[in-house]
Amino acid sequence: MGLQVENLTVYYQTLRGSVQALEDATFSIADGEIMGLAGESGCGKSTLSNSLVRLVPPLKLIRGRVILDDQELPVADVERMNAYRFRQLSVVPQYAMNAMNPTRKIGRMTSELLRSKRVDYRAALPEIKRRLDLVKLPQEVLKMYPIELSGGMKQRMVMVLSTLLNPSLLIADEITSALDVSTQKAVAEMLVEFRNREFVKSIIVITHDISILYQIADSIMIMYAGQLAEKASTETIIHSPEHPYTKMLIASLPEVGVRYADTRLTGIPGKPPLLLDPPVGCRFRHRCPVAFEKCVEAPPFLEIAKDHFVACWEVFRKYA
Amino acid sequence: MTASTVIEPKKRSETLYFALRNNKLRIGVLVLLFFIVLTFVGPMFTDYEPYQFVSSGAQPPSSEFWFGTTTLGHDVYTQFVLGLSSTFIVGIIGGGLGTLIGIVVGFTAGYRGGVVDELLNILTNIVLVIPALAVLLLIAAYLEVRGIIAESLFIGCLAWPWTARAIRAQTFSLRNRDFVDLARLSGMKARKIIFSEIAPNMMSYLLLAFILQFGGAILTAATLDFIGLGPTEGISLGLMMNNAVLWGALLLKVWWWFVPPGLAITAIVGALYITNVGLDEVFNPKLREM
Amino acid sequence: MLKLNNISKTYSVGTFGGQELHAVSSVSFDIQDGEVVSLIGESGSGKSTIGKMILRLISINSGSIELDGVDISVAKGQALKEYYRRVQGVFQDPFSSYNPVFKADRVFSTIREEFYPGVKKREWNHKVENSLKSVGLNPEQVLNKYPHQLSGGQLQRFLIARALLLDIKFLVADEIISMLDASTRIDVLNLLADLKSRGLSILFITHDLSLAYYISERAVILYRGCIAEMGVTEKIYNNPLHPYTRMLMASVPRLDRKWEEVDVELKGQHAALGKGCVYYNRCSLPAKDEECIRQRPPLIEVTPDHFVACHKL
Repeated sequence: MGLQVENLTVYYQTLRGSVQALEDATFSIADGEIMGLAGESGCGKSTLSNSLVRLVPPLKLIRGRVILDDQELPVADVERMNAYRFRQLSVVPQYAMNAMNPTRKIGRMTSELLRSKRVDYRAALPEIKRRLDLVKLPQEVLKMYPIELSGGMKQRMVMVLSTLLNPSLLIADEITSALDVSTQKAVAEMLVEFRNREFVKSIIVITHDISILYQIADSIMIMYAGQLAEKASTETIIHSPEHPYTKMLIASLPEVGVRYADTRLTGIPGKPPLLLDPPVGCRFRHRCPVAFEKCVEAPPFLEIAKDHFVACWEVFRKYA
Repeated sequence: MTASTVIEPKKRSETLYFALRNNKLRIGVLVLLFFIVLTFVGPMFTDYEPYQFVSSGAQPPSSEFWFGTTTLGHDVYTQFVLGLSSTFIVGIIGGGLGTLIGIVVGFTAGYRGGVVDELLNILTNIVLVIPALAVLLLIAAYLEVRGIIAESLFIGCLAWPWTARAIRAQTFSLRNRDFVDLARLSGMKARKIIFSEIAPNMMSYLLLAFILQFGGAILTAATLDFIGLGPTEGISLGLMMNNAVLWGALLLKVWWWFVPPGLAITAIVGALYITNVGLDEVFNPKLREM
Repeated sequence: MLKLNNISKTYSVGTFGGQELHAVSSVSFDIQDGEVVSLIGESGSGKSTIGKMILRLISINSGSIELDGVDISVAKGQALKEYYRRVQGVFQDPFSSYNPVFKADRVFSTIREEFYPGVKKREWNHKVENSLKSVGLNPEQVLNKYPHQLSGGQLQRFLIARALLLDIKFLVADEIISMLDASTRIDVLNLLADLKSRGLSILFITHDLSLAYYISERAVILYRGCIAEMGVTEKIYNNPLHPYTRMLMASVPRLDRKWEEVDVELKGQHAALGKGCVYYNRCSLPAKDEECIRQRPPLIEVTPDHFVACHKL
C-alpha cells in the first residue's frame, strides 16, 4: 500500500535538447506518512510532483513506474489519469486560487468541480461544511468570490476542495511559501490534521523551507540536481544526516539563537550543474568535499539503516 | 522553480528560429516584398505619365498596355505602379507619425502617471472621438490643393490614440520593475530611463504597433480617396478606384481599371495583418506552436 | 547616521479615493554608523515601503528623513544625486533588478555614466574588478554575461558591488536573500555582515526572524505600518513583550524546537484602521479593553533600548 515510485525518469524537452530533470527516482511512501520533499530550485522536486499529477509536454516520461495502492498509475496518459486525479491523488498548487475563475462564486466553482467528477454537490454539502468548520473557515465562503478571501483562506479552501473525496495521496506544492508566518503555521498544521483525520492517507509536502518540514513531516527526502540524495526520518535528516549535500545544506541554515558575530555559517561553494548536459555519475561531486574516484559512477539509492536511504559512495564505504 | 530555470535560453537565435518557421510571417512578408519590389521596379517599364492620353479609351489588357487603358485613355499599369508608391508613402508617413505620437504620449503618460497621465488620457479620448470625416470635409472646403504628404500627416494625427493607450499600459507595468527603480537610484533622468531602460524592452511591441498603424493608414487613405476626399493631385490606388467609379467603369464593365488597385490594397493590408499575427506568435512564447 | 522622524505614507483607496490606507504611520527610528538594523514584518506591514521611502522611490506624506542631520526627504536634482552617492539599495528579486535586454554589467557602466563621467575606461574597469572581488566574485566568470546566465546569488552580489562603486555609507537591503537558494543565501548574508565591519550601515528588511537575529544588533518589529516593538535584538528575542512579537516568535518554524500549542488567531481580512491599536483585532491578551480601541499606544522604553507599543504591559 501507499505510494511506490520505481526508476522514474522524466526529461524536459527544449529546443536545445532534453533537460534531465528527474533521474531514476525510486522511493516509497507508507500510508499515514507525511513526506517532505526539499531541495534547491531546479533540483527536480516540481518535476517529480508534476510527473505524478500531470505529465504533459514539455515533460516526457523516459522510464519508470508509479504504483499507488497496488495499482499502477498511467502517469504518461493524461486522459486516463483523469480517473485517478482528485479521487486517488490530489494536488494543492502554490497559487491555486489565483488560477481560478474570479467571476464564479466559490460554492458554484465547487459544484462545477464536483459535477465534472460525477459527485452530487448537495449530497456532499454537509461534509464540505463540516470540513470548513474544521479549518476555521466560515460557511459563508461558499457565497464569496475568490477575491474576497485572504491568501491563507484561499489556501485552506483549496485544501478542503482537493481532499473532499479522501484521496490516498495529497501533494502540497510550496503551499506555505507565499504566506505570513502566522498563517503558514496554521496551514501547515492543517495538513497534519487532515492526515490524522484520514481525509488523506499520505502527503508529499514540497518546499524549500526545511524548518517547516521539521515541524510537520514524518520523513524528509532531499533532492539534488534531479537525483535523490537522501531520505530518512525527519529527526535523522535534521540531526544526523549522512549525505554530504544534506549535511552542508542543514549546516547553512541560520536559526534563531545563531549570530554572525559568534558562529559564522557557511554556504555550499559552487553552483548546481546544468541539467541539459549533466555530469556523469554523482551530480554533486564537483561541489562535494569528500568526492573520490568512485563518484564518476552514479551511486544507487540504498537503505543504509532502517528507512534511511542515501545515494553516496563515501557513505557506502563507511557503512560497508 | 521548474527545470526551465536551469537552462540558459539563447534568446535571439530562438526568436529567429521561430520567425523562419512561422508560416503566417513567411506568407505576409513574401506578399509585402512582392509589392515593394513592384513599386521600385514597376516604373522602369513605363514611359508614360499617369494622366497622359496614350490611346483610345477602355482598351482591355494587351501586350502594349499590360493592364489596359481607362475610359479616359490613361494607361492603367502606369497609374497602378505609381499609385503603389503613394500607398507606401501614406503607410510610412501616416503610420510612422501615428506610432511616433502614440509612443511619446504613451510613454509620458505611463511613466509619469498622476496628473500628467490624466491630462494625456483626456487628450487621447478627445482625439479618439473626433469624427475624421467631418474634419476632412472642412479641410477639403478650405484647402484648394491637397497632396499625398498632407493626407498622410492628417491620418497620422488622428490615428495615434489606440497605440498611445497600448503603450501606456505596457509602460505602466514595466515602470514598476526593479530595474527601473535601480536606474532611478543611479540618478538617471526620466527621459533617459524611458528610452534606455523601458523602450528596449518593448521593441517587438513597438514594431507590432507600427505595422498595425501602417496598415491602418493605407486603409484610411484608400477610403478617403475613394469617397473623393483624398489628394487633388498625384495618383493613388484609392484615387484610381474613385475615378473608375466616377467614369462608370462598373457599368461599362471596364474591370481592369478597378480590380488591380482593389486587389493590391486588399493584399497589402491583409499581408500586414498576417505578418502582425505571425510576429506576435514569434515574440510571444505562449502563442508559439511547438 | 540615518534618522527617520515620524514618517507616514497614506494612499487613497476605494472607488472615489474616499478611504485612506495607512501604509506607514508615524514611524521613527535611527540607524547608527556601522550598524545593522533589521526591519521585520509580514506582508503588508509597510517594511518595503519604508525602504523605498528612504531610497526616495516613494514620496513621504509627512515627517522627515535625515542623513547626518540633513533632511533629504525633499531633495531634488543634484542634491538627490549626491544623496544616491551615499545611500543605495538592493531589492528582493535579482532577476527583475536587471534589464533583460542588456548584459548584467550594464549596471556598472550606468554608474560610471552618471557619477564618474571623467574616469578613464581602464581605470574604471580596474575599479569594477576590485569591487567584484570584494563581494567574492571572479570578474572573469561574471563579466560580459546576460542576467539569465548568472545565478540569483551572483546577481545579488553584482548589485552590492554596484553600490560599493559609490562611496556609500548606507545600504537598504530589501529581502535580498529571500529568493535565493538555501545553500547560497548564507554567503550573501555573510557578505552583508562583512560590509558592516567596514563601517557601512545597513537596513536589513526581512520577514525571517532567524536571519534578522543572525545579522543585526538592533531590530524593529513592524505591524500594519506601526512599530510594535524595537530595540536590541537579543532583548526582543529573549524577552518579547508585544503580543504580536510573541505570536511571531511562537509561529516561526525553527530547527531547534517544534511548534508549541499556541492558538494562532485566524482572522480573515483585517478591518480598516481606526484610531486605536492596529493589533487590536488579532490581539490575544485578555486585558485588552476600551483604551486599546480609543487610543494608539505610544512606543515606551521599558528597559534601556527596548521599546514596546502596548497599553497592557
